[in-house]
Amino acid sequence: MTVPVSYYLILSAMVFLTGIVGVLIRRNIIAILLSVELMLNATNINFVAFSEHLQDLGGQVFVFFALTVAAAEVAVGLAIIIALHRSKSSINVEEFNLMKW
Amino acid sequence: MKGWIVGQLFFGYFAGVIVLTAVLVVALKNPVYSALSLLVMFFHVAGLYVTLHAEFLAAVQIIVYAGAILVLYLFVVMLLNVKGDDRYHRQWRIAAFVCLPLLLEFMVLLAGSVASSPPASAAPAEAAETATPNNTLAIGEILFSTYLFPFEVASLILLVAMIGAIILAKKDVMESSTP
Repeated sequence: MTVPVSYYLILSAMVFLTGIVGVLIRRNIIAILLSVELMLNATNINFVAFSEHLQDLGGQVFVFFALTVAAAEVAVGLAIIIALHRSKSSINVEEFNLMKW
Repeated sequence: MKGWIVGQLFFGYFAGVIVLTAVLVVALKNPVYSALSLLVMFFHVAGLYVTLHAEFLAAVQIIVYAGAILVLYLFVVMLLNVKGDDRYHRQWRIAAFVCLPLLLEFMVLLAGSVASSPPASAAPAEAAETATPNNTLAIGEILFSTYLFPFEVASLILLVAMIGAIILAKKDVMESSTP
């Protein structure tokens, strides 16, 4: 282990914060989904770094499962985006207020 | 000593490019450019996995993320023909107000953990020799023995997501199902 695990934690925290900021400030719903992908990748970096640090392959298996969930999330999310675009012909999240109280 | 420097250099390069492209994903206005910088980030995350001795995950990262997920994103972006006039959300000031304390908390937590981390470098040295040289073989064995049930659940998740995506994106499923 040449690089200390805290460096990976700092990198992962920076990427995760970038994803949070992207989810909060973007209006394009596709950019919001891309920011969610950023956050998933940040957690994956953490998992792999600790898997190497603790010499336990369970972390890599969990990255595998996170990847599966990411694929499912993208498929369903993009289907929802297509359905939304069909009904409102826009992908700006500020125009979707049907379920807003 | 030389290997230590090389490892640091590789980590610095990969981490720098990952952070830069992550910021670009959020900052660029055109969704196509955002998706392409996310592609660059995926490749560098795969490189980081290789330096962490997770070769199988590096290959899966490139095949699944860069090959499948990102192509799906680009397909939808080009299908919807999004204009480039996307601005930031109206509540970005509130978002900045929320994120700034979060960033400070991360800084404080990480500074505390770095300062108080014990020199635990003796334990991984002896465990390193028990690590199998074949990463894919080890992952396959642990995936089909210890994590067999989550593996089956993952396949079920993929099936449900596929059916859900087809039903959501189908044009008029409600009219055609009630003749």
